[in-house]
Amino acid sequence: MSTATMTKPMLKIENLHAWYGESHVLHGIDLELGEGQLITLLGRNGAGRSTTLRAIMGMVDRREGSIRINGEEFLTKPPHRISPEGRIGYCPEERGIFASLNVEENLMLPPDVGEGGMSVEELFEMFPNLANVRKRMGTRLSGGEQQMLAIARILRTGSRLLLLDEITEGLAPVIVKTLGRVIRDLKSRGYTIVLVEQNFRFAAPLADRHYVIEHGKVVDVIEHDQVETSMDRLNHYLSV
Amino acid sequence: MDPMIRLILAQGMLGLNNGVFYAMLSLGLAVIFGLLNVVNFAHGALYMLGAFLALILYSYLGTWIGMADLHIGFWPTLILAPILVACFGMLIERFLLRRLYKLDPIYSLLLTFGVTLVLQGVFINFFNASGTPYPGMPESLKGVTNLGFMMFPKYRLFVIVFSIIVCLAVWFMIERTRIGARLRAGTENPELVKAFGINVPLMVMLTFGFGTGLAGLAGVLAAPIYSVSPLMGANLIIVIFAVVVIGGMGSIMGAVVTGFALGLVEGVTKVFYAPAANTVIFLLMVIVLLVRPSGLFGRQG
Amino acid sequence: MSNTTSEIGEFDAEATSPEQKTRSRAAQFVFWGLLLAFLAAAPFFLYPVFVMQLLCFALFAAAFNLLIGFTGLLSFGHAAFFGGAAYIAGHVLKVWGFPPILGIVSGMLFAAALGWVVGALAIRRQGIYFAMITLALAQIVYFFALQMPFTGGEDGLQGIPRGHLLGIFDLNDPFAMYYFVAAIFLVGFLAIYRIIHSPFGQVLQAIRENEPRALSLGYNVDRFKLLAFVLSAALAGLAGSTKAMVFQFASLTDAHWQMSGEVILMTLLGGMGTIFGPVVGAFIVVTLQHVLSGIGSWVQVVIGATFIACVLLFRRGIVGEIARLLRISSL
Repeated sequence: MSTATMTKPMLKIENLHAWYGESHVLHGIDLELGEGQLITLLGRNGAGRSTTLRAIMGMVDRREGSIRINGEEFLTKPPHRISPEGRIGYCPEERGIFASLNVEENLMLPPDVGEGGMSVEELFEMFPNLANVRKRMGTRLSGGEQQMLAIARILRTGSRLLLLDEITEGLAPVIVKTLGRVIRDLKSRGYTIVLVEQNFRFAAPLADRHYVIEHGKVVDVIEHDQVETSMDRLNHYLSV
Repeated sequence: MDPMIRLILAQGMLGLNNGVFYAMLSLGLAVIFGLLNVVNFAHGALYMLGAFLALILYSYLGTWIGMADLHIGFWPTLILAPILVACFGMLIERFLLRRLYKLDPIYSLLLTFGVTLVLQGVFINFFNASGTPYPGMPESLKGVTNLGFMMFPKYRLFVIVFSIIVCLAVWFMIERTRIGARLRAGTENPELVKAFGINVPLMVMLTFGFGTGLAGLAGVLAAPIYSVSPLMGANLIIVIFAVVVIGGMGSIMGAVVTGFALGLVEGVTKVFYAPAANTVIFLLMVIVLLVRPSGLFGRQG
Repeated sequence: MSNTTSEIGEFDAEATSPEQKTRSRAAQFVFWGLLLAFLAAAPFFLYPVFVMQLLCFALFAAAFNLLIGFTGLLSFGHAAFFGGAAYIAGHVLKVWGFPPILGIVSGMLFAAALGWVVGALAIRRQGIYFAMITLALAQIVYFFALQMPFTGGEDGLQGIPRGHLLGIFDLNDPFAMYYFVAAIFLVGFLAIYRIIHSPFGQVLQAIRENEPRALSLGYNVDRFKLLAFVLSAALAGLAGSTKAMVFQFASLTDAHWQMSGEVILMTLLGGMGTIFGPVVGAFIVVTLQHVLSGIGSWVQVVIGATFIACVLLFRRGIVGEIARLLRISSL
C-alpha cells in the first residue's frame, strides 16, 4: 500500500507482535491511518483485533515491533504515558465502566490529555440519556448507557485518536443507530478513529478502509470504494 | 444513675478508646488491601514505629544531635511522625513489595511479616522491651473532664473525637472526591486506569504510604495512653486481623464501624467477665465465620 | 489465578523422562541415606538434646509443609497445635502419670481435635483470609495457655517426667531418649511421605494447583482440605508433645505467634512443597538460633531479614533449588 496517496500517517504500526504470558497472540500486524480517517479491524473472535488495541495501549505482557504516533515511537513508553502523550482515548471491550463510581465520576476519571476536549454539558447534549442518570452508580446503568458513557468519557479528555472496541456488541438496534450517528459526527469533527467491529453493516458506511485480521496478522486490506466488489471475500473472512 | 449502667458506660468509653486504634488500623489495612491486594502484616509494627517516633522526637532526638533542650512536642509530632512512617512505608512498597505483585498474595504477607520482625528486633535492641512512658502529653489535654457518668481523661476524649474526624475525612476522601474515585477505579481495574493515563504504580506507592501513615498516626495517638514498647503492635495486629475478618476488607465504612464497635464490645465484656475481654473479639470472629463467612460488610461469595 | 498459586512448591510440570526418574530416585536415595546416617550418628558428635530439638522442629516443619506445600494453604497458627499438644502431653505425663507413649498420643489427639475445629472454621474463607483466621484462632489458644490454671501461666509447665518407655527403657538416659525421639521423628516423617505419595496426597496437590478444577472434577475440596489440616495439626502435635518430653517443660513460647512464623520460615527456607526441604530448613534455623544466641534480640532481626530475602530471592528454598538444578520434580 502506498502512503503517497495518503496524508501523513497519524498512527503507523509495523510488524507488531504481542504476548499474554507465554502465548504469542499478535504475529506481525501492519496498519496505518491518516489524521481524520476511520479504519475498522474486522475478523473473527480471537483473531487479535482487540489485542491490537490493547497492544497499542500497553495492556499486553510483552510487545515487539513498532507503534508510531505522529512519527514518535510509542512501543517503549510505560502504559500510563501512552494516552496523554499520544492523545489517545481508549474505549475497551465490555465498556470498562467502573461499578463503584457513579456516572459523573466515571466521566471525570480520565485525566485531560490535551486541549479541545468536549465539556460535560456538550457531552450530555450528545448523549441526553446520560444527563438523567448523573449520580447513578456504574453497575446500575443499561448496556446502552454504559456504552455512551464509555465513549463520552474519552471525548471529555481532548483525545484526538479514538480506539473503540466492539461498541455495538449486545445493544438494541435503535442504540446502534444512535452510535452510528455519533461516530459519523465525530468523524466530521476531525477525530481519527480505529473501530473494532463485529457488525460489518454498522462499520461499512463509516470506514475509509477495512483491515481483515486472522491469526494475529493482517490478511487483507479493503478500501472503502472496493467494498462492493469485495463482498465475496469479506463474507468468506467473516463467516463463522 | 444505676451503678451497673454507670459501670457499663464507663467501660464502654474505655473500650471505645481501644476501638479508635482498631478502627484506624483496619481502615489503613482495608485501603491498602483494596488497591494492592496486600495484607500488610507490618501494620502493627508501623503503628509501633509511629509511637516510637513520638517518643524519640520528644525525649531522644535533642540529645542525639547535641541540643539537649530540644523537645519536639505532641502537636508537631502529630503531623511529622505519620509523614515519616508513610515515607518508610513507601520505601517498603517501592523496593520490596513491588516485586511480588504478580505472585500469590501470601508472599507479600510473609514479606511484611519479615519486616515486622526486623522492626521489632531493632527497637528491642535500642530501647527497653518492656516499654517507656511518653512524657510529651500537651498541657491542654492533661486532667479529666466530667462526662456525667464518669470522670474521663481529657486526652482520651480528644483521641476519640479526633480519630472519628480522621476516619470520616478518609471516608469522604475515598468515596466523594476525584482522588478517591481514581483509587476506587484502580481497585476495580488497574490496567484500564493505567490506559487512561493515570500513573498507577505511583498511586499504589502513595496509597501504601497513606495507609501506613494512618498506622503511624494511630501510634502517635497511642503513645501518651499506653507505654511505648517494641511489642505494642504485635498483639494488636492479630486483633486487627480478627476485626478485618469480621468486617470484611471490602468497605471503608465497614472497617471503621467494625473497629469502633468491637472496641466497645470488648470494653463492655470487661464488666461482665473480665478474663474474656482478651478473647471476645476472636470469639465474635468465630461466630461471624459460622453465620456469615464473608464478613459483616463483605461481598457475599 | 493458577499462574500465581502454582509458584508455591512449583516444579516443572512437563512429563518426567525415564532418565529424570532415575535421577530423581538417586537424589532421593542420597537424601534418605544422609538423613538416616545423621539420625544414627548425630548423638555421638552433637549434644543429644540439641539434635532432639532439631528433630522436633524438623517434624513440625514437615507437618506444616503438608499444608502449605502440598495443599496450598498458609496456616499462620500452627504454634497452637505444637504448643497446645506440648501442654496436654506435659499435663497427662506429669499430673496423671501417663506412660510416655500415651502422653505423646494424648497431645497428638488434642492437636488433631483442635485442628479439626480451627480447620473447619478457617476453610470457610479463601486465600489470604485463611492465614489471618488461623492466626487469630491460634491467639485464642495462646490466651488460654496464658490464663488456664493448669498451664502455669508465664512460668509454663515445668518438671514434666520422661518416664520409662514400655516400662523398661529409662528415658532419662540421654541416648535412650534420643533414639526414642529419632524413632518418633522417623515414624512421623514416613507418615508424611506416605500421605504425599498416596492418592489422597495427589488430590491435595491437584487442589493446590487448581482448586476450581479439582472442584469440577467432583472432589469435595473442603473435606480434603479439612482432612489435610487435621493431619498436619496432629503431626505438629506429635512434634510438640515430643518436644515437651525432651525439654521437660511446655511454655508460652511454644504457642506464640512467633513460633508460627518460625515454622513458616523453616519451610520456606528449606523449600515449600519439597519432601526434605522442611527438615533442612528446620536444621538451619534452629542451628542459627543456637549460634546467634549471644547477640540477643538481633536474632529476631536476622530471622526477619532471612524471611525478606527468602520471599524476594529464594522462593523455591534450598531443596527446591537443588531439585531445579538436577531438573527433577520431587525431592
